[in-house]
Amino acid sequence: MNSLTIVVCSLLYLGLLFGIAFWAERRERTLVARQKQSLLNNPYIYALSLAVYCTAWTFYGSVGQAATQGINFLSVYIGPTLAAPLWWIVLRKIIRICKIHRITSIADFISARYGKNRGLGILVTVICVAGIIPYISIQLKATAVSFALLSGQSSATHAPSFLTDQAFYMTLLLGAFTILFGTRKLEATERHEGLVTAIAFESLVKLIAFLSVGLYVTFGLFDGPGDIFERASQQPALQASLTFGPGHSSADWFWYTLLSIPAILFLPRQFQVAVVENVEERHLNKAMWLFPLYLFLITLFVLPVAFGGKLWFGNTGLDADGYVLSLPLMTGQKGLALLAYIGGLSAATSMIIVETTALSVMPWLVSRPAWQLKLGNQSSRFVVYTRRLAILTLLLISYGYYRDVSDRFSLVSVGMISFAAVAQFSPAIIGGICWKNGAQAGARLGLIVGTAIWFYTLIVPTLIPVLLPESLLTDGPFGLSFLKPQALFGLNSLTPIAHSVFWSLFFNVGCYVWGSINRPQTALDHNQAILFVDVFQFNRPSENTAIWKGKVSVDALRKLLITFFGPEQSQQTLERFARRNRLIDRQSYADPGLVTFTETMLAGAIGTASARILVSSIAKEDPITVDEIIRILKTSQELMTVNKELERKSNELQQLTQQLSETNERLKQMDQQKDEFLSTITHEIRTPITSIRALTEILHDNDDVDTATRQQFLGTVIKESERLTRLINQVLDLERFESGRMRLHLEPLLLRDVIKDAVEATAQLASEKYVTVQFLANCPPTPVVADRDRLMQVLINLLSNAIKFCEPEKGHIIVRLIVEGATCKVSVCDNGAGIDPALHSLIFEKFYQVQGDHRKPKGSGLGLAITKKIIELHNGSIDVDSQPGHGSVFTFQLPLSTG
Amino acid sequence: MANVLIADDEPNILLSLEFLMKKEGHKVFIARDGGEAYELLQHHKPDLLMLDIMMPRMNGLELCKYVKSTDGFQHSKIIILSAKGKEIDIQRGYESGADLYVAKPFSTRDLVAKVNQLLSA
Repeated sequence: MNSLTIVVCSLLYLGLLFGIAFWAERRERTLVARQKQSLLNNPYIYALSLAVYCTAWTFYGSVGQAATQGINFLSVYIGPTLAAPLWWIVLRKIIRICKIHRITSIADFISARYGKNRGLGILVTVICVAGIIPYISIQLKATAVSFALLSGQSSATHAPSFLTDQAFYMTLLLGAFTILFGTRKLEATERHEGLVTAIAFESLVKLIAFLSVGLYVTFGLFDGPGDIFERASQQPALQASLTFGPGHSSADWFWYTLLSIPAILFLPRQFQVAVVENVEERHLNKAMWLFPLYLFLITLFVLPVAFGGKLWFGNTGLDADGYVLSLPLMTGQKGLALLAYIGGLSAATSMIIVETTALSVMPWLVSRPAWQLKLGNQSSRFVVYTRRLAILTLLLISYGYYRDVSDRFSLVSVGMISFAAVAQFSPAIIGGICWKNGAQAGARLGLIVGTAIWFYTLIVPTLIPVLLPESLLTDGPFGLSFLKPQALFGLNSLTPIAHSVFWSLFFNVGCYVWGSINRPQTALDHNQAILFVDVFQFNRPSENTAIWKGKVSVDALRKLLITFFGPEQSQQTLERFARRNRLIDRQSYADPGLVTFTETMLAGAIGTASARILVSSIAKEDPITVDEIIRILKTSQELMTVNKELERKSNELQQLTQQLSETNERLKQMDQQKDEFLSTITHEIRTPITSIRALTEILHDNDDVDTATRQQFLGTVIKESERLTRLINQVLDLERFESGRMRLHLEPLLLRDVIKDAVEATAQLASEKYVTVQFLANCPPTPVVADRDRLMQVLINLLSNAIKFCEPEKGHIIVRLIVEGATCKVSVCDNGAGIDPALHSLIFEKFYQVQGDHRKPKGSGLGLAITKKIIELHNGSIDVDSQPGHGSVFTFQLPLSTG
Repeated sequence: MANVLIADDEPNILLSLEFLMKKEGHKVFIARDGGEAYELLQHHKPDLLMLDIMMPRMNGLELCKYVKSTDGFQHSKIIILSAKGKEIDIQRGYESGADLYVAKPFSTRDLVAKVNQLLSA
């Protein structure tokens, strides 16, 4: 076929793509104006755009692989199919996170998750570029090879200079096309309607093209699939590839399948279409079965075509990667061959366009704040040009790689290298959205180590005859055989891809977990971790601000927005924010919400980390360190503690106040009692003194007093003197008890005998009033250790009280002694006036005297107080039981002597 | 000679007061508490009452007020003899209508002199 025809067809096809994209964008704009649904708001378009996964590798490579290795090619399609149901959990979460944080690339995602770290973003970008360049290069290779095949050149021979190489011009063409679509708009989160529509269209084209070839081969060249498989099974070489025989490694199946699972999500182009260009999370529901269906359809005819090619061409040495093209071409179906070529071209271009667009979004190019400030108003144009330059550079590097390296490898093997590179992101991403403790240090360490191993085990071997000596593969570096790139630590039973994936992921995950556990998270890191992992709990995008410190004026933020978005859009954006948050636009200083909002807006244009740096540069934000967070927490905790303390103090104070008022009341009462006592005591002192004075004066002044009267007077004087002495002794006793200076002279006693003595001592008093005192002498002897005199004092006091309150002649007093366990009880029971229960506790207070009806009781009011003190000093207790008119029972108990 | 009522719940004080008044030639009535004194008052309309304050049943001040506010006792003079010697007690005693307030312990000579003075006035 004429080269010119092919070139024209290629250009026409690209033109058509451009037209579709242009139409879609125009339509979108008018639709927005009419407020109608977007073209992208459609799960079918979304699912088709996901099919950008199927590149020239799928289109040409699967057939090549199937022809040599049978059904091994299926593994990379089975992986995504198996994992698709999980998208609802994983992919939806990632989509939600990216929408909220306006994340536009995989590098941005990882950098934002781990503390908005710019270094991490750059690292991921470098890994992406390194990993994707081989992948892009095989697209260029496939395009070049297919062009050569179609144009009748026997093979894509190496042009001596790139200036005469068709592939080079193809590269430039693709670059121009990508630039036209991918970078038209600044804000990357604004969807590329044109681009996505074109990609969806391309997915249809490549599917139709491949199905057409498949149908032609199966039904045109052969009599249906039965015929092909029948014939293939007759050839021993092909028969082997139909089954899992000795040539197949189940480990390869496992690793290839496993590799394709992260690849479908984390390849930059997949991330672009699946996450960034996603309009509705709901679309995932359809995509989850539509996309596997697409994979099924596009792989349906792989085996028939592969076997058909083998059967048709035999062993003519024709590259199986080209069967899709060569089968129709060699059988004279030029139209179909052209369609197949266009299908391959669409597979390659869609991949290249989306991949480079996605890569160019990555933030590292514009992240230096010093540049951005220098550029000032130019920066928005600068960002766009940088991206364009990046796209071109990427394509040219890929072209270089294609010329020098990938030409020597099959499409599939190079594609797998890219898959393995992208798989290095899985620990950081999956860990990042599920594990709050996943830390920056761990992510960085894991990525670096994993990628280094990937590079050493997969990339280094591809460079071997060109840049490195052969001995590296066979003997290991410096003769260290355990470091052989394809048999690390002696592991030589796996294919290079499986081997590399095993070791790199092993160390990647290990380092990630180790680093996360052993390196503390920064506050920002932790903050982002929470926002990412708990994304479904933070539903409002952009304003769910973290802790933000610092001061920035609204004007400064506005200027920053104007720099990147122009005055009109900035003003609108700010107004929208103000309306939504009911803020007054006239504030001079921005609140944290506005700062975060601005940062998120900028993040959409230049990446999270860069936006953070930009905002910080004008906001003079003080970095938030863990120490500070701890201090803040501590302060609030201290406040809480102080509050609690205050509350406790207040309670204490209240209690104290109550106690105080109680005490005060008691004191007042005591004061009153003291007053009463004082008047009583003075009365009690004055009374005998009055008698003594009066009687002695009489005796002094009257010599003629008869003897009987004189005797009576003198006897009274003596009694009154004794009364005074007794009173003074009691007061002194009480004073000694109260000051604790009272000493007991303890000795073993028989309580019974002491009671007997006391009863005898009060017998005189009782008989004067004709009161009977009864003590049952047959009670137990009851040994106690006590002060005999004090015990006598107690008993005499109780007995004389009883006698005092009994009516003369009717009084009857019973003293009882009972032993109960380790204590003994002595009760003095009278049938006297009795005491009101309200007074029971008062009578043991000193100075208190019960006022009788008839006669003022004789006494100091100290007797019971002293009695109580004595009993207590003996480790006992005293109690009263009485009702007015029913007599009283005073009971004290003492511990028995144990000796 | 005058009728003298002596009321005190301390028998030993009664002993000395009774001796002193009898020696002066007065007719003496003895009450051992306020109630007894009240009953004796009604019958004997004494010229002089010598009252303790703190007595069971009826205290000296109450008796004092009663005497001073009741017809038939205009001639009765009252001496309060009390162990309470504070200003406030003395004031209260005079407010109740006492002619004389004597704090215990007292000088028998002074008391006799004052009694005579009071009765001759």
